[in-house]
Amino acid sequence: MADTPIAHAAKATPPGMARKIRGLSDRAIAWIFVAPTIFLLLAINIFPLIWTIQLSFTNYKANRIGREIKNVGFRNYERILTDSDIWLNMQATAHFLFWTIFFQVLIGFTLAWLINKKFKGNDLWTTIIVLPMMLSPAVVGNFWKFLYQPQIGLFNYIITWFTGAEPSSFEMLGSVDLAPWSIVIVDTWMWTPFVMLICLAGLRSIPDYIYEAAEIDRASKLRQFFTITIPMVLPFLMLAVLFRGIENFKMFDLVVQLTGGGPGSTTELTSINLKREAFEKWRTGYASAYAIILFVTVFGLASIYVKALNKVKER
Amino acid sequence: MKRFNLATASALSIAAASVASTASADDLTLCWAAWDPANALVELSKEFEAESGHNMNFEFIPWPNFADRMLNELNSGGKLCDLLIGDSQWIGGGAENGHYVKLNDFFDSAGISMDDFAPATVYAYSTWPKGSPNYYALPAMGDANGWFYRKDWFEREDIQAAYKEATGEDLREPESQKEMLQIAQFFQGREIDGKTVYGASIFTERGSEGITMGVTSALYPWGFKYENTPGSYDMEGAVNSPEAVEALEFYKEFYQTATPPGYTNSYMGESLDAFKSGQVAMAMNWFAFFPGLYADPNTGGDKIDFFVNPPQNQAGSTLGGQGISVVSYSDKQDAALEYIKWFAQPEVQAKWWSVGGYSAHNSVLNDPGFADSAPFAGDFLVAMEAVQDFWQEPAYAELLLAMQKRVHDYVVADQGTAKEALDLLIEDWTEVFEDEGKL
Repeated sequence: MADTPIAHAAKATPPGMARKIRGLSDRAIAWIFVAPTIFLLLAINIFPLIWTIQLSFTNYKANRIGREIKNVGFRNYERILTDSDIWLNMQATAHFLFWTIFFQVLIGFTLAWLINKKFKGNDLWTTIIVLPMMLSPAVVGNFWKFLYQPQIGLFNYIITWFTGAEPSSFEMLGSVDLAPWSIVIVDTWMWTPFVMLICLAGLRSIPDYIYEAAEIDRASKLRQFFTITIPMVLPFLMLAVLFRGIENFKMFDLVVQLTGGGPGSTTELTSINLKREAFEKWRTGYASAYAIILFVTVFGLASIYVKALNKVKER
Repeated sequence: MKRFNLATASALSIAAASVASTASADDLTLCWAAWDPANALVELSKEFEAESGHNMNFEFIPWPNFADRMLNELNSGGKLCDLLIGDSQWIGGGAENGHYVKLNDFFDSAGISMDDFAPATVYAYSTWPKGSPNYYALPAMGDANGWFYRKDWFEREDIQAAYKEATGEDLREPESQKEMLQIAQFFQGREIDGKTVYGASIFTERGSEGITMGVTSALYPWGFKYENTPGSYDMEGAVNSPEAVEALEFYKEFYQTATPPGYTNSYMGESLDAFKSGQVAMAMNWFAFFPGLYADPNTGGDKIDFFVNPPQNQAGSTLGGQGISVVSYSDKQDAALEYIKWFAQPEVQAKWWSVGGYSAHNSVLNDPGFADSAPFAGDFLVAMEAVQDFWQEPAYAELLLAMQKRVHDYVVADQGTAKEALDLLIEDWTEVFEDEGKL
């Protein structure tokens, strides 16, 4: 027997146990190892999902223990899908998702491309740029709230410096038109470094010899960028988009700190609305239906996206 | 053997002593919101600890999270709180969901009579169904939404002259809602001592109950009613009456024309900050904060004065305040009831008022010297005569969040009309009452 770690483990196994294990098939041994994980997955993932689906067809309220639970069929789903307010929440979420991902990819990739150039202080700049994503969303929300304050906030003064407008003449968090953009700005500030790091990993994985070969073939820098850099970084970029998309779809803490979903319901993202339905109004059955609709939406979109990602990786 | 017997006897006596001590002295936890009166209660409760031998612990939650945290605690049957000073609107849910202990038998045995407390507070803080002689709490802290203003600014001759010139009227404590708006608009953007100041800070908070408490302070003086007939849940024509529409439009105008920039999500804390930092001439807030405001070294004392929420078509103030209940999941209900018995005593109630709490006991409120005992005491009595509360139904949270959304959408986000907002509110509330089986 070769002197490998597996051989060592085999030698260390007591003869009695070895005999017992020898009596089991490979399949049985595999099940023994996998069973705890499957059990945990069933207990904390699958069972709650099935339970939620079941609750979504009832009028159950978790704060009304003695109340009769009635089966209401698809009424909860029907109410949600025909509720214009929920569609406004969906629109707010879509706006937030699209623009945060757009800006984060654009700025993140640009930063990664710049950082990837070898220059003095490269590491220091990388460290400084990634600082925002190390902060707690609650902290970020609170201090941006101060930055956006119309009377004393630095943000308004910077805008004033560029535009000449009075600092207190506009309210980033209080205006229906500006509030959706204010949360996009903060999320972009916080999470662009994450996209940058993933892009940087992609850029650094491109072997130098490919560029050298392109140089020999007299390909221009622009041509190299579009035919080498972009295609080879694309799987990484798509992964970053997937991560940020999933994260921002369930965005809660940052926006609650900044706007509380206001003004009115302008920045009330679906996750905030869902939390209010489930744990403030205690409409458990209704909130379960809401959660299932969101789950199906995210799962469907993510599946399509992952397929596309795999195709890009296979190219 | 003798040594063994001695050791056994010693161990048994130590165990017996410890059992006896735990039986007589409990660690009680009282839950409430984190604010000035809670600190006063800590001081007051030291007397109870000395008298009873029980230890008092306190769990105070900041107001914006208070309802969320405490209702979750109750709904999960948590044992964190033995005593809870819960908001008046929770009484329906507390009673129907079995969170609160019914106190009638205890009141009878302890000689506590609800006739000794102000009727409005007994109705609002203690009874469920409303007005019935079923008590789930002892009135603990009377409160209403009131106003305070910069008396020093109001008394300045240059400002008085400017006001007279601008409006043709004398600058004084407002006697109607519209006069209050006029004064606030006068101060809006005015330079005082080289600083730009604003009219008033009002409640606009979206997340918990803020804007509803603010808006109802305008709705009630206009004559707002939740139902055409009490108990009928017949809201069409009441909730969206022409008076209600006018009041809601008034509140929006107030928000748009007489509040500091950026006050789009402000509640108690922001109102206090705006006033204490010298930003506003007037501010709305709960009477509970008035002792602290009066004691403030910068804007208190002779710089501040107080007034009741002004009438319009009628007198009306938004009710605050809470009753103290025994949580049914507590293992120490006897000791908790002991605390309530102690707290209900007239002399303890008198001390409660003197340390900064608002007693609802008649012996305190009817004392001839009460109205002059503090600059806001007389106003408190007037306010409590015309208080009105939000729905106290078990589904109160759903009803409240619906109103938060509809009025914030209209007042702050400037969406739709006041009539549309109130019509939508009726739709939301109807859906809730249908789910509850009450419609």
